[in-house]
Amino acid sequence: MIRLAWKNIWRNPTRSLIILVAIAIGVISGSVFTAFYNGMIYQRIDDAIANETSNIQIHAPSYLENKEITDTIANIHKILPLLDTITTLKSYSLRFKTMSMLSSANNNSGIVLIGIDPIQEKKTTNIWKHIVQGQYLSSEKKNTLLIGEKLANKLKIKLRSKVVLTLQDTKGNLISAAFRVSGIYNTGNTGFDERVVYATWHDIKNLFPDSTLLIHEIAIALQNDKHTSNYAEKLKISLPFADVKTWKELYPEVGLMADYTQYLQLIYMTIIFLALSFGIINTMLMAVMERTRELGMLMAIGMKRTKIFQMITYETIMLMGSGTIVGLFLTYIIIQILSTTGINLASFAKGLNQMGLSAMVYPVLTLREYLQTIELVLVAGFLSSLIPARRALKLTPSEALRKQ
Amino acid sequence: MSSIIELKNLTKIYREDGNEVVAVDNVNLQIQKGEFTAIVGPSGSGKTTLLNLLGGIDKPTSGQIIVDGTDITRLSFSQLVDFRLHNIGFVFQSYNLIPVLTAKENVEFVMFLQNRPQSEREKRSTELLTAIGLAERMNSRPSKLSGGQQQRVAVARALAPRPKFVLADEPTANLDSRSAENLLEIMEMLNRNENITFIFSTHDPRVMRKARRIVTLLDGHIDNDTVTG
Repeated sequence: MIRLAWKNIWRNPTRSLIILVAIAIGVISGSVFTAFYNGMIYQRIDDAIANETSNIQIHAPSYLENKEITDTIANIHKILPLLDTITTLKSYSLRFKTMSMLSSANNNSGIVLIGIDPIQEKKTTNIWKHIVQGQYLSSEKKNTLLIGEKLANKLKIKLRSKVVLTLQDTKGNLISAAFRVSGIYNTGNTGFDERVVYATWHDIKNLFPDSTLLIHEIAIALQNDKHTSNYAEKLKISLPFADVKTWKELYPEVGLMADYTQYLQLIYMTIIFLALSFGIINTMLMAVMERTRELGMLMAIGMKRTKIFQMITYETIMLMGSGTIVGLFLTYIIIQILSTTGINLASFAKGLNQMGLSAMVYPVLTLREYLQTIELVLVAGFLSSLIPARRALKLTPSEALRKQ
Repeated sequence: MSSIIELKNLTKIYREDGNEVVAVDNVNLQIQKGEFTAIVGPSGSGKTTLLNLLGGIDKPTSGQIIVDGTDITRLSFSQLVDFRLHNIGFVFQSYNLIPVLTAKENVEFVMFLQNRPQSEREKRSTELLTAIGLAERMNSRPSKLSGGQQQRVAVARALAPRPKFVLADEPTANLDSRSAENLLEIMEMLNRNENITFIFSTHDPRVMRKARRIVTLLDGHIDNDTVTG
């Protein structure tokens, strides 16, 4: 039956080829668009994890709401041994983190000051890879800062420029200290680059001579993001006194985009196949009408209606399936090429960077999405076959055999 | 001889645009196993309608069609499909082979519908195509065969499911005289050697000469029924 259905498709090769090409183009356009969007979002997620949040963060319960300098993480000595038990742990970084003011001779700006152990931070995040001028922080050099290029432009400062950092101490008093810019970074995320300034723990500690080291945040990097939810849940149970959050919870908008990618292809492909279905229904209706006498003969010699329905359904699914396989094969080649060369959206870089997105997009299409397209074809093929099959089943053998 | 088909008071009336057309009018007929019967008559006399009723591809308005003890007028649509598959062979005027299948695949197809095993299908289709002189053309598609060859394949297809009888609707109408002669010889040979019952409608005098019984229809009723051989 499958062989007969396949041969039937090629009775009118031109007509079948036209619909096959239309399906292939539909599949390519839907898949490449999805891959493009995936590439953009996955890159944003990778950047967010690699440069900004890491996979999981731990804070004091009230920190994210109030961002008070006094909201430090308690019982760190209980947390760190627990982190060392995570088998897929890449590294973790203990951070001082507070809102501050950075002033130059020309301008000033509200910033988020992050105090780090440079060595540990380097193992945890990729911020060191984005330095465009100067050097990464070092414990040997006193009172140095690592700032974003966007902030440097805003404050009109350069490498080694002198700036004044102003922040509240634990008693609510304002304290200030002079720093020099030792490095300027550019992550491609304008909002982040304009806001986040790094200093060493050592220099931060000097600002608070009466306090022990204030740790507001523990950023935990895992070797693979697929373990994030699992470990976050375990930490939430083990650390009831702390606030454990995944990057998705910290950046819900990025998490939403990530979740959206799961449905994006389904939505696009459904629209494309819906549009193509009309062409396929028309093609199959023509095929059924052209074969009225033959269908009458088949019914006369004893072909059951279920078999006729099956034959037309196979033909429709095979026609759609052939176009889809060609489309997916070409999509695979296109994505292989584009994932190496990338798509340069330099002319839109400013807008994209403001949204935290990179101007260089490397399209990605997952195996699940390839399979999802095939599943969709089976469903669309079956549904598209219903009208032509119904037309065929309404025939009676004597009437069909009389048709010229 | 046992009666394989019995028609009792068979009537078929078509209703079109409010008019009634009596295509078959109270026909009573018995066909015995092994007959080689021609149903003849002018155009519109009801030959094709009668064959359609005999073949169970049309329902009578009234009357009975008893095939080997089964009244097929009482069967449902799907029961009739199954009945046709296992009991009746069809040969159509315009061959009606499946154009995308080879001659052999066309013959095998009806056995595939019967869920016969592949080996049996292969064996029988080869035997039949050899018997009708198309052994060397069995892998050709219908478009590569002459009209006469296509009709011979249609006869092989009709015989493939080992039916109780074969119905042929004007089988020589589209054939030249040599092909028609050849086809008739094959049908006659199969009738004589294998006792296969053939019932065919025709107004071809060559076919009528070969028939051993001629049933003449006129305006839907039997005008004459003659045994000639």
